[in-house]
Amino acid sequence: MEAQTAEKLSPKDFVTDQEVRWCPGCGDYSILKQVQTVMPELGLKREEIVFISGIGCSSRFPYYMETYGMHSIHGRATAIASGLKATRPELSVWIVTGDGDALSIGGNHLIHLLRRNFDVNVLMFNNEIYGLTKGQYSPTSPLGKVAKSTPMGSVDHPFNPLALCLGADSTFVARTMDRDPVHLREVLKRANAHKGTSMVEIYQNCNVFNDGAFEVFTEKGTKKLNTLFVEQGKPLLFGENGGKGIKLDGFKPMVVELADASANDLWIHDEKDQVKANILVRFFNNASSENALPRPFGVFYQEDRFCYEQAFNLQVQEAIAQKGKGDLDALIRGKNTWTI
Amino acid sequence: MATEIKTDVVILFAGDSGDGIQLTGSQFTNTAALYGNDISTFPNFPAEIRAPQGTIAGVSGFQLHFGSVEIFTAGDASDVLVVMNAAALKANLKQLKLGGIIIANTDGFDAKNLKLAKYPDGVNPLKDNSLEKYKVYEIDVTKITRTALEGSGLGTKEMDRSKNMFVLGYIYWMYNRSLDNSIEFLKEQFKKRPELMDANIKVLKAGYNYGETVETPMNRYEVKPAPVSKGTYRSIMGNQAVAMGLIAATQKAGLTLFYGTYPITPASDILHELSKHKNFGVKTFQAEDEIAAITSAIGASFGGSLGITASSGPGIALKGEAIGLALMLELPLVIVNIQRGGPSTGLPTKTEQADLMQAIYGRNGEAPVPVIAASTPSDCFEMAFEACRLAIEFMTPVFFLSDGYIANGSEPWKFPSAADLPELTVNFAKNNLKEGEKFLPYKRNEKLAREWAIPGTKGLEHRVGGIEKENETGNISYDPENHELMVKIRQEKVDNIANYVPLQSIDNGNTTGKLLILGWGSTYGSIKTAVREAIAEGYDVSHAHVKYMNPLPKNLGELIKGFDKVLIPEMNNGQLIKIIRDKFLVDAKGLNKIKGMPFASGEIKEKIVEMLK
Repeated sequence: MEAQTAEKLSPKDFVTDQEVRWCPGCGDYSILKQVQTVMPELGLKREEIVFISGIGCSSRFPYYMETYGMHSIHGRATAIASGLKATRPELSVWIVTGDGDALSIGGNHLIHLLRRNFDVNVLMFNNEIYGLTKGQYSPTSPLGKVAKSTPMGSVDHPFNPLALCLGADSTFVARTMDRDPVHLREVLKRANAHKGTSMVEIYQNCNVFNDGAFEVFTEKGTKKLNTLFVEQGKPLLFGENGGKGIKLDGFKPMVVELADASANDLWIHDEKDQVKANILVRFFNNASSENALPRPFGVFYQEDRFCYEQAFNLQVQEAIAQKGKGDLDALIRGKNTWTI
Repeated sequence: MATEIKTDVVILFAGDSGDGIQLTGSQFTNTAALYGNDISTFPNFPAEIRAPQGTIAGVSGFQLHFGSVEIFTAGDASDVLVVMNAAALKANLKQLKLGGIIIANTDGFDAKNLKLAKYPDGVNPLKDNSLEKYKVYEIDVTKITRTALEGSGLGTKEMDRSKNMFVLGYIYWMYNRSLDNSIEFLKEQFKKRPELMDANIKVLKAGYNYGETVETPMNRYEVKPAPVSKGTYRSIMGNQAVAMGLIAATQKAGLTLFYGTYPITPASDILHELSKHKNFGVKTFQAEDEIAAITSAIGASFGGSLGITASSGPGIALKGEAIGLALMLELPLVIVNIQRGGPSTGLPTKTEQADLMQAIYGRNGEAPVPVIAASTPSDCFEMAFEACRLAIEFMTPVFFLSDGYIANGSEPWKFPSAADLPELTVNFAKNNLKEGEKFLPYKRNEKLAREWAIPGTKGLEHRVGGIEKENETGNISYDPENHELMVKIRQEKVDNIANYVPLQSIDNGNTTGKLLILGWGSTYGSIKTAVREAIAEGYDVSHAHVKYMNPLPKNLGELIKGFDKVLIPEMNNGQLIKIIRDKFLVDAKGLNKIKGMPFASGEIKEKIVEMLK
């Protein structure tokens, strides 16, 4: 990603002439802004950036990015990106998707993208609701969610998206939120830097159909007590003035008051540790429940593993090295011919 | 013992799917082709990989038709039926001509096998005179094979695997054929297992010598070379030809071939073939499902490769939405459908041509896609190449239709040289914009094709999508006038392709007359044979075979109107006929066969005679 840029770009260079048509107050505006802000800092050529989306509110995103883009069909952005990256490994490919697009209709492609580890970035806007279809519960809506399609409450057990991704051997798993631009930009940069599929879950408020779904994590009064921002090599601290920490008792995470515990006993974040990452993404209980663990944000896991497109294209080169460049006449002729 | 001259012969090899029937058949095919016979073959295998041994469900067949005359089909009924067990006889006896030859492996008719084949207790068709209308030759193939391999050090199981070579050797003797080609094959096949190489060659020779030494009242037959046009030939199967046609087209266009697919019968062999040729830059991607197969191909096309996907009916159904996307994006894409019996899972290993409507109309919205169809195994090469040409030239998804019959069938092919194939030109969009000028991704050329602007081209950054777009700019538009305009433009673009494809010709017969047989796809050989015979007998009948299904050739309507009657034989419940009636208001008649089997030419001939009575 050290590519030379011929010209200095600014965030404005990534703005299209299209009117942005999300509802006023939608969390998507902030995400768009942060993506446009970060883009010039990534050292990429604009013409080598491609945004691909599926269907949903978030999937309008490519129309607002002055790069190459495709607004495709529901759930398939991941599969389209796979074919593009397989054939054009040098491109910087960004997938913009939502909780319904990525986890429901596109769930199958997502897990296969992750196991193959294409070097692409997935920005999954999670608002725990279907917005574009006007308010049905989504695969991440909590149990009992009362929505247009579930007047008596949903009986679906929700997905834990990042646990699902780790289950599919994702090599980069992170969570951030629309309401924290600084953190969002940092995570975007980390996602871009990672070689492999970067899975970024972004908590995004749908102020029309699911307002406040994440407010306990995003708003001032409650944020500090309920969120945990992890940093590599640093202890897991949260609460007012970092007064609380997380300790591991075997594999069981526990909240400790810093006053009562030695800082040396705290869990030190190591994003290379898959076992710990699996525990971290399971910090998922309802914030109001007893002994609730804080909801973590940041990069939970990062692993260097070969990317599909590398091996895929290497095979072509190996075939050429072994057999020589294909000879069309020899192919058509085959091994056995006869002349009359 | 006498040698009888025959103009053409149909042999059907049948046995358990583990008996090596397909190999036996393809070996005889290659030897006959090398000798100069014209030939056509049709393998017929069960859906299960190893269906229960000895049962009718497990019977695998390989029918081949060779002659000293031109051959267009694998034959209606067989002259010779080779059966390795009782089930094979039971399943195929009705396909044997009266007076035909049965060569039976008696070991396959023991009590156990008779029971598995569901013959009543105590009944053995070889012993009860029920076959008296045929010439039956009983050979204990298993026993002779084992005797021949005594002292080879092989176990009984391994010895028994060579049984098919005994049968092949015996048939070579019957038809006076040299063993050389098959011996060469076995040497190559078992390069690393010399003990098996020796065993198979020994048994092959034993079969030949058995014919020579055992005093049977069996005749030997001679089928002279066919007067086919001079040139160099190879044997080709339809799916193999598809793979080669796709490679040839992408090579000629200088494009990378990206093949996104999900395994499905009977299309998977294209994947197997393509994956062997990565040294042509071919990139094969076995996707997680049918939808990923096509959408990954769309992604590849967006990036400037030629995206290709293949499947059979059920998989094509899953791809429907993505085909609509590709036509909205106006990107080149080739969709191969190797049709099989439907609906739903239907008859996976049997043939049918019932997906024509699906190809032409099977999408939401007004979604025109060009559709072309191959008529013979070797024609698959030409039409797969043509599908790529249309996709590139018109920036559109294109359907290529084949079916199980020609996909697995084979015929001799006077193959072209690479230099004789047309060049395909691809012009990726270049940035020729003036200062302040915006790139218009949906601006069109005289063929109504838009430019192919691929990522990496500076200054041409643009967005495409499945949502309705404004003419030229490609921006989202819900404007009613614009939507109607775009629907009409997309339709006109596809209709206009008729100006760039060959006119419909008459394959055989006069250009006007009493009866036109209008066919499409794999029925070609059966119709050709039937019409040829009927014309020879003085009937006023002609044959035209449509390869461009959508848009139809410009002159087709006029051509049809030159005939008093039109008959459309199809292996479906009547699909092309609906289109012909719709487009040309012609009272065409259908002849429909929906049995998972190709037409016998006799069935078509009978209908011709009836219609001209």
